[in-house]
Amino acid sequence: MNDLKFSREICERCETFDCLTRCQYLKMDFATAREERGRLLQGEKARVLEECVTCYACEEYCSHGNHPFYHIVERQEQLGIWPVPKPVTKQQILMMAPKGKISPKKVQSPVVNMCYFPMFTGSIRGKLFEGASTIVGSDFFCNVMWLHFGKNSVIRERLPEVIANIWEHYLSDSGVEELVCFHDECYGTYTRLAPAFGIKVPFKPVHIFDYLNKRLDELKDRIQPLGQKVAYQRSCSNRLVPETQPWVDEIFKKIGAERVDRKYDRENALCCGTIFRAQQKDDLADDVQKRNLDDMAATGAKFCVFSCPACLFTLGESVFKRGIMPILLNDLCQIALGEGMKGG
Amino acid sequence: MEDVYQELARIVGPAYVSNQPEERFIYSRDPGTMEPREPDFVVLPATTDEVQKIVLLANRKKVPLVPMGGGLVLSGLSRPLKGGIVLDLKRMNRILEVNEKSRYVLVEAGTSQGMLQAYLKKNHPTLKHSVPDSPPMATIGGNVLIHGSGHLSHAAGFHSEMLNGLEAVLPTGEVVKIGSCSISPYWFGRAPLPDLAGLFLGWFGTTGVVTKVAIKLYPNRPWQDVGVFVTEDPELVPEVFYQAAGVQVAEDITAWMAPKPDWARGFQHVNINYAADTPEELIWKRNLIRASLKKLIDQKTGGFLPLPPPMKKNFLEAPQTTLAQFADVRKGGGFEYVGGIMPIELFPNAYRAGIEIAARQGTTYSTGARIIGPGHCMMFFFAYPFNRADEADVERARRALEETNGLVLDLGGIPWKAEAPAQRQILGRMDPGTLNLMDRIRAMLDPQGIMNPGNWEVR
Amino acid sequence: MEFADILHRCFRCGYCKFPDNYQDFNCPSYSKFRFETYSPGGRMWLLRAWLNQEIKTSPRLAEILFSCATCGNCVEHCVFPKFKDDILHAFLAAREEMVNQGIVPPAVRDYLKALQVHGNPYKLPGGEREKWSTGLDLEPYAGQEYLFHAGCVGSLDERGMKMARSVVVLLKWLGVPFGVLGAGEICDGNEARSLGEKGVFQSLREQNLQAFRTLGVKKVIALSPHAYHAFKNDYPRDPAPFEVFHYTQVLGARAKKLSGLSSANGLRVTYHDPCYLGRHNQEYQAPRRALKSVPGLQLVEMGRVKGNSFCCGGGGGNFFTDLLGGGPESPARARVREAAGTGASVLAVACPNCARMLEDAVKAQDLQGEITVKEISEIIQGPMQT
Repeated sequence: MNDLKFSREICERCETFDCLTRCQYLKMDFATAREERGRLLQGEKARVLEECVTCYACEEYCSHGNHPFYHIVERQEQLGIWPVPKPVTKQQILMMAPKGKISPKKVQSPVVNMCYFPMFTGSIRGKLFEGASTIVGSDFFCNVMWLHFGKNSVIRERLPEVIANIWEHYLSDSGVEELVCFHDECYGTYTRLAPAFGIKVPFKPVHIFDYLNKRLDELKDRIQPLGQKVAYQRSCSNRLVPETQPWVDEIFKKIGAERVDRKYDRENALCCGTIFRAQQKDDLADDVQKRNLDDMAATGAKFCVFSCPACLFTLGESVFKRGIMPILLNDLCQIALGEGMKGG
Repeated sequence: MEDVYQELARIVGPAYVSNQPEERFIYSRDPGTMEPREPDFVVLPATTDEVQKIVLLANRKKVPLVPMGGGLVLSGLSRPLKGGIVLDLKRMNRILEVNEKSRYVLVEAGTSQGMLQAYLKKNHPTLKHSVPDSPPMATIGGNVLIHGSGHLSHAAGFHSEMLNGLEAVLPTGEVVKIGSCSISPYWFGRAPLPDLAGLFLGWFGTTGVVTKVAIKLYPNRPWQDVGVFVTEDPELVPEVFYQAAGVQVAEDITAWMAPKPDWARGFQHVNINYAADTPEELIWKRNLIRASLKKLIDQKTGGFLPLPPPMKKNFLEAPQTTLAQFADVRKGGGFEYVGGIMPIELFPNAYRAGIEIAARQGTTYSTGARIIGPGHCMMFFFAYPFNRADEADVERARRALEETNGLVLDLGGIPWKAEAPAQRQILGRMDPGTLNLMDRIRAMLDPQGIMNPGNWEVR
Repeated sequence: MEFADILHRCFRCGYCKFPDNYQDFNCPSYSKFRFETYSPGGRMWLLRAWLNQEIKTSPRLAEILFSCATCGNCVEHCVFPKFKDDILHAFLAAREEMVNQGIVPPAVRDYLKALQVHGNPYKLPGGEREKWSTGLDLEPYAGQEYLFHAGCVGSLDERGMKMARSVVVLLKWLGVPFGVLGAGEICDGNEARSLGEKGVFQSLREQNLQAFRTLGVKKVIALSPHAYHAFKNDYPRDPAPFEVFHYTQVLGARAKKLSGLSSANGLRVTYHDPCYLGRHNQEYQAPRRALKSVPGLQLVEMGRVKGNSFCCGGGGGNFFTDLLGGGPESPARARVREAAGTGASVLAVACPNCARMLEDAVKAQDLQGEITVKEISEIIQGPMQT
C-alpha cells in the first residue's frame, strides 16, 4: 500500500547520474556514481545510504523526476540504516506524533496551514492575511521530516490521517478547497510526496509564495518599496518544489527588495545544518553554516529571509550576530506594507 | 519562656524575634512531606556576635537551637524536631571579600545563591561559583554544609569540597575559625592543617552554627554550550558518564529521565555543559566530548540531540527554573526527592528501581543524576511530586520516598541530606566505630544537646 | 474565598522574592521584615492555613497581609505559569475577606474610613481638591480632547501637587487640549480596591463613570499610575467607555517637540519604574522616551529596572497606612541607595507616591548632596545644571 512510484527502468537507463554527481556533499565522480546506482538498484548497502545528508537536492537534480531521494530513504529503511542515531530518531517520532487534539471549526478562505509551528501563528496578521483562518497542531504535521530519518514508513502511516484531519474537520465542512501552506515542506508533501506514494490529497495546496505574490498585487497601492538587499535561505524542502522559486523573485521585486546574488542560493543552496547535527556530523554542520553565513555577509544584505521555521531556529541567531536581520518572508512583506514586525 | 523571648529581643531587637503563631506555623514546615514541628521562637540575627549570644542563651536555658538557611532542603532538616529556637540566618548575607587572584569569596553563611551569583556577574564577571539547582533563595552556607552539588560539580566535586574555610559558633558559644583563616588573613584553603571542617560538614547543624564560609570561585568563561546525549538503554549510561567525564573538559554532567512528556519516557538524557574563552575553544571541547562517545554514536545506540540555539537556553540556565516547576506537576505545589550518593555504575539499577517504586506507590516521578568530579560518584535523585491539598497524595509520595531511601542504602549508596527517619536507617547500617565517633563528637561539642536535636541521634 | 484554590500550589521556592537577575530581594515586605511570613510564599501558606482554620485570625496576620505593597514582583517572577497571575488576586481576595470581617490593621481602617467619610485619605473637604491648580489658569473640563485626572495624592499631597502643577504646565506648553474637574474630581478608587474595600471601590467607580459619561469624557490623562491602572484594568472594558493614558505616554509621544525645550549638559539621570505603570501595565518605554528627549541627558539604568523594578513601598495602600514602616531597611531607602549607586545625580520618577516616598528616603538616608528626586516633567522643564 502506498508504494513509492519509483521506476527502476528509468533509473537503469539514466546515463548522467545527476542525483549523485551533482551532490554537494558526496562529491562522487562518474564511475563511482554508476557503481552506487547499481548497488541501490540491487538493494545492497551503498555509500550514499550511509553518508547522505538528506538535503533533498537530488529530487531536484534528477532530470527524470524519478524520486531518487525518496528511493534512498526507502533503501535506508529496508536495510536497517539509521542516518540519525536510533534513540534520537525514536524520540523525534514520539515527539511529533499526532496527539488527537483537534477542535473542528468553521474556517474561511484563506485557510493557512501552520503545520506544527504554533509559534508562528502570530505572523498571520494584518492586511496580508485579512480574514485568514489558521490550522495548527501535531495532528496537522505534514511528516515530511521523516525523510531526514530514513523513515518513509512513518510518513505512510501518518500522512493519510493528517490529510483526513485537515479535510474532514476543517475544509470540507466549511466548503473551502484551497489550503495555503505556510511551510515549503507542507506544500511539498501535498504536491510531491503524497502523489509519489500514491496518497490522495482532496484539497488544493497553495504555496505561501504563490499566496503572497497574488496578495501583494491586490495591495500594491499600499506597498512602500524597501530598497534593501535581502539574502534568501532556501530550505531543503523547497528542493521538492523548485517551481516556487520564481515566485520568490516576483515577491522581492514587488516589495522593492534585491535578492542578493550569492553563491549558496538557488540550485546551489546549502542546508541550514540542523539535520547534519542530528546525524552527529558537527564538523560538516560547522563548515556548511560558516560558508553560508560568510556568503550572506559578503553581500551586504540587511535581511535574510527564511521560509522554513527549522532553518530560522537554526541560523537565526548566527545571522543576527552578523548584523543581518533574520525574518520570515511574510513578515518582510508586512514591513513593505507599512505594518511593521508586530502588526504596526 | 517569656524570659527567653525578652532576652532574644534584647539581642537582636524586637523586630527580629517572633513567638507568634504565624511565624511558628511557617517555620515549622518546609516544602517537603515531613510533618510540621513548631518552634517556640524564630530569630533573625544579623551578626556573629548576635548568634553567639543566642547560642549562650540557648545553652543556659537548655533550649534547642536549629540553624536555618534557605529552608529548601525539602527533607525537613530545619524543622525544630524538639521545639526551641529556629535561627533564620538569612539576614547574615553580606559578601565580605572576593579574592580574584586566588579565586575565592568570603560570605556570611546566610548569603543567597542568587545574590552571590548576581554580585559576581556585576563586579567580578570573570569568576563564578558552583550554583546548585535549588532556587536562588538557597544559602551558600546551607548548601555547602549539606554537601550540595551544582553546575561545576563535575569539574570540582561536591560544594563541600569547594569550601576554603569557615567561621562557626560552637554549641558552647565559642567562635572558631576553620582553615587557613585561623592563622592567616587569607581564606585560601583547609590544607595543610588538620581539617576541622569535617566537624560541620554534613552534620545538619548539630555541631554548631556556621556564620561565615569561604568558597572557591572558578573561571566564568564567556562562551557556553550544552550537548544532550540520548540513549534508550540505561545500561549504556555509566559508559556515557565514564567517557564524557573522563575527558575532563565539561563543567557539569547531569542526566534526566521522566515519564512525561510522553516522548521522554524510556529515554535517558545526559546533559553535558561546557564553556570556553573563545568560540574555537568551545568547538574543540565539543569535539573532544563527542569523540569520547564515538563508539556509541557509531553504533547508533546514542547520539546528541540537534538542538537549535533557542532551545538550549533552558539547559544553559543556572539554576534551572524548570526544576522548581516540577512541584506543580500534581497541581499541588510540592515535590520532594531522595538524592542517593552512589557510584556511577549503579545507574541502571537505580533507574529501574525508581520506576518500580513509583509504580508500586502509585505516584509519578522524575529521576536524574549529577556527576561529581570526573565520575567519582553521582547524586542520583528520585523526585516525587505531590498535591499538598490531598493528604493521600502526600502520603503516597512519603511512602515512595521512604522506600527509595531504603533502596539507595540497599544498592550501596547513601541518601543525601536525609530526613530524620532516613538518618536512623543510615545510622542503623553504620560501622559501630564510626557511630561511636559521631556520638563522642556530638557529646563533646554539644554537651547540653541543644543543637538541632532529633537529627543524627546515635542513641 | 476567591482564588483559594491556588494557595496550596505555592512551593515557597522563593523566586517571587527576587528580580530575574537575583541581585537583591525584590519583595518590599520581605526585604523589610525578613521573616518568611512576609514573603509572597509565606502569605500563600498562611492564607491557606487561615482558611483551613489551622491558624486563627489575628492582628499580626492582618498586618502580614496588608503589608504587601501589591507591587507585582511575585507575579512577574513566580516560575509557575499556571497560577502566577492570580497571586495578587488571592491576596486582594483575602483582604476583602478581612475587611468584610472587620479585622484590618488600624491604619487600614483609618484610611478606609477617611475615604468613605471625606472622599479622600487626607480628611480634607472636597473643595480642597482644586487648590493644586491655583494660578495655572486651567480650563474646567468641557468637552476638550482629554480630561486630566490629578488624583488624591496629586491634588492634596504637597509633593503630589507640585508634580501635578509641573505636568499640566508642560501639557499646556505642548498644546495638549485638556480640562480638569477641579473640586468635582473624586478618587479613582485604586487604593480602596487594593486594600480589599470592594464596596467603596465600586461606588467610586460608578460615580466616576457617571460623571465621565455625563461630561462626554472620551480620553483621560492620569497623573498617577495607580489611577491609570484602575481606569485601564478595573473599570469596564470591552468596550471601555474611555481611553486612558498615563501622562508620560502623552509626553513620550511628543518627545521630538520636547527636545527643543531645554538642555541637560550631561546630567546623569536614573529612572525608577513605578509598579503600576511598569510591571502592572508594561509601560517602560514612554517615560524613557520622554527623558531622552532632553538633549545632553544621560540616562543610566539601575540594576533593577522595568519588570525588575524595586517598589518604593508606596503601593497596596502603604503610602497611607505605612505598614512597611521606615528604617534603613525600608524599601524606599534601599531604592535610593541603589539609585545613588549608579552615580546619577537625579532620580527620575513618574508617580506622585514614588516622588514622596523616595524624596523622604533620600533625606532619611542622608543622600541630599548626592541625588535629588525629580519627576519627569520637572526634569524636562528645568534640569539642574551640573
